[in-house]
Parts: sequence; C-alpha cells; structure tokens
Amino acid sequence: MEFIGRVLAWIVDPASWTGSDGLGIHVWEQLVLSFLALVVAIAIALPLGLRIGHTGRGANAVIWTANIGRAVPSLGWIGIFFPIVLLLRTGSGGFWTSLIAFALLAIPPIVTNTYTGMREVDRDLIEAGRGMGMRERDVVTRVEIPLALPVILAGVRTSAAQTMATATLAVVVAGGTLGVPILQGIRGGDDVKLVGAALLVTLLTLATEFGFGALQRAATRRSNAAAGHRPFKNAGEVPLPPAGPM
Amino acid sequence: MREQPFFRVDWIVDNADAIAGRVWEHVQMTVIAVVLGFVIAIALALLIRRVPRLYGPIIGVTGTMFAIPSLALFAILVPFTGLSVLTAEIALVSYTLLILVRNIVAGLESVGPDVVEAATAMGLTSRQRLLQVELPIALPVVIAGIRIATVTTVGLVTVTALIGLGGLGYLIINTGINRFFPTSIYTGVVLSVLLAALADISLLLLQRALTPWSRSRAGGV
Repeated sequence: MEFIGRVLAWIVDPASWTGSDGLGIHVWEQLVLSFLALVVAIAIALPLGLRIGHTGRGANAVIWTANIGRAVPSLGWIGIFFPIVLLLRTGSGGFWTSLIAFALLAIPPIVTNTYTGMREVDRDLIEAGRGMGMRERDVVTRVEIPLALPVILAGVRTSAAQTMATATLAVVVAGGTLGVPILQGIRGGDDVKLVGAALLVTLLTLATEFGFGALQRAATRRSNAAAGHRPFKNAGEVPLPPAGPM
Repeated sequence: MREQPFFRVDWIVDNADAIAGRVWEHVQMTVIAVVLGFVIAIALALLIRRVPRLYGPIIGVTGTMFAIPSLALFAILVPFTGLSVLTAEIALVSYTLLILVRNIVAGLESVGPDVVEAATAMGLTSRQRLLQVELPIALPVVIAGIRIATVTTVGLVTVTALIGLGGLGYLIINTGINRFFPTSIYTGVVLSVLLAALADISLLLLQRALTPWSRSRAGGV
C-alpha cells in the first residue's frame, strides 16, 4: 500500500513532468507517434478496404497479405526497418523506424474490418441505390460507408488501442515514448518510476479503447437507425430490434 | 576500414548453438504460458458453465488485462517478482486468458441442446457428457483459440528481452538493435515468425487429426 502511495505521489508531482527527460515530453512523444501511425495506417488501409469491399476484386490477396502481416510481432517490424532506416541515414532513425513499424501494425485490422463491413451491407440496398440512379461513387459514400461505419470503426478502435499499447516499444530504437521511463526504471532498479510510467501507458491505452468504443457505439446507433427503414430482405424474415452496442 | 556486409551468414554459422539455445528458450516460455493459460481458462470456462452470470465479469477482467501494454505489465510486476521468468510467465499467461476463455465458452455453447439431451438420455453423467460429447464437439473452436493464443504469445515473448529474458527477442534487441547488427536482428525476426507459423500449422493439423468429422467445415477462425 505504501508503495502504491509513493507511485501516485510520483505521478502527481509536477517535478516528474518537467525537463527534457520528464513525463511531459514522453507522454507527448507517445501521443504524437501513436496518432501519426494511426493516421498513416488509415490513409492506406481505408481506401484499400473500401476498394476491395466495393468491387470484391483482389480481396483474397489483400486479406491474405494482411493476415500474414499480423504474424510479425511488433518488435519484429521495428527490427525489420531499423537497419534499413539507418542505411538511409536519416536524422531521427528511431522515430521513423517506429512510425513505419506501428503504421504497418495498424493496417491489417482496419483493412479486414473495412472489407468485412462493406461486404455485410445488404446487397438489395446497393441495388436500390443504383436503381435510384446513384453513381458508383455515391453508392459507396452514401449507402455502403454509412452502413459499414460501425464495423470500420471497430477496426480503427482495435488499431488505435494496439498502437497506443505498442508505442512504448519505440524505446528500443531510441524513439522516445513512455517506454523511456519504464526502461530507465528497469535498468536503474527504480520501481516507483517504472510502475508509475507503466500505469500511465495503461491509462492511455484504456482511454483510447473506451474513447473509440464510444465513437463506435454512436455510429452503430446511427447505422441501425438508417437501416431500420429498409424493407425485409427475405419474405417472412422477422424484423429484428436494433442491436445493442457491439 | 571496409564496411561490414549488411548480412553475415558466417555469423549465423558460428553462433548456431547459441541461436538454437534462444529458439529453445523461446519455445519453452511459449509452451509454459499457453499450457498454464489453457488450464486456468478451462477452469474459468467450467465455472462459467455452472454459473453463467460470471461470464460478463470474467471477460471484463481478462479483457482489461489483455488491453494492458506488454512492456507495462512486465514493468508493473517487476517490483514484486523481479526480473525473472515468473514475471514474464504471469504476464504471458494473463494475455492468453481472454482468447482462450472466450473460445472455450463459445465452443461449449455450440453444442446443440438436442445433443446434450440425447447424451443425458443415454445415461451419461454430467462429467462423461462433458468429456465424451461436449468437449469433442467444442474442439475445433477451442483449438482455434489455442492457435491465436500461441501466435500472440510467440510475439510477446520477444518483448521479455527488455526484462533480461527474451528468447529470440534477445537476438533482435540485445545482440541486434543495441549493437547495430542487422544479421542478428533479422535472424531473430525470421525465426520468431517461422516459430509462430510452425506452431499455428501444427495445431491446425492436430485439430484435423482429432476431429476428422469436421474436416469439411472447420479449419481456421
């Protein structure tokens, strides 16, 4: 109990947060790295998922590649790109290595979920959209995406939480983040520091998980409301009440 | 001074024994974690079968553990259990629980009520029914869970290099990244991916062998 008190005292102590090696800078590094990795991953994964989801072409190859990608551990991606980035002799090799590694790590859940979400959209609704004279682009943006949004956001949520959790590993290539105080604590035998920093990472990860969870639930309600007007898919099918939070 | 080549096969040949040792360490840590995790998960799943309303709380707790970053969980345990295999295994086991409990429960729930009724009518006791009817039917889903848990654990073991263990993670971080030595890094990465793939395929084959009747449908989840 006394130990937990010391950890909490260390976390709330302003002196722990200031300076060039304080918690403030490392939390900032953690947030920036996770955010940028997620943005890059979305920029690549979302168009790809939408394309294979809408047309169905190339889907097997993409999903297969994404599944293989998942077999490489986070540390593996860092290891793969570290020597390459160093060969290119950029200034902050640790940052770029981590950004590439975490972006790649975040792509598979978004691609597979976007694809699944698009495929699950009722074919009749898409045909209805076409019948109303919608162009393909409108079918995607006004029919498929709104209905697939909860599933797409579930993928983004998985990636976001996973990125926030793994970002600490950037420390092995001097990429900053809260992994720095954790490793300093481990190497220097400073239990208060390592547990304090570990608690902060855990809180950030849970906050990300719940934040995106709320977003996802809001989208689910909207999607259900929109789909609620749809005619029965098959004659005799019992209309289901809107599903609860996913 | 000539720059050393990007990839040195001679280093791998010279250190084959040490590399094999790291592979073995990696396999041991993974197997211990998955086996212990499976034993605990079976106990939890049977508890849930008896008291269904425990499902929510158990999934909630194991789900929260699953969301804790690996480096953070290792770090939090260090003050209590030190830089030891015990620290690593507590964390690794707790990561397997969510996947395993969920799949075991889903597997047991996939057994149709008519099947349970037929087994009971044939005079099987609750224990016989579980071992002879329900578990075999649940097996494909259960093994699918073990496959995911194993592949995840193989990846997580590499991170334990940061608390002085690590198996193949030692090759990636300690002799690799820390010494700017790509050969060691790529040896560690490739072997850990191969290990994960090998474990995954072996478990899939095991599942096919144990449940010949489901060959056409089951497979991977």
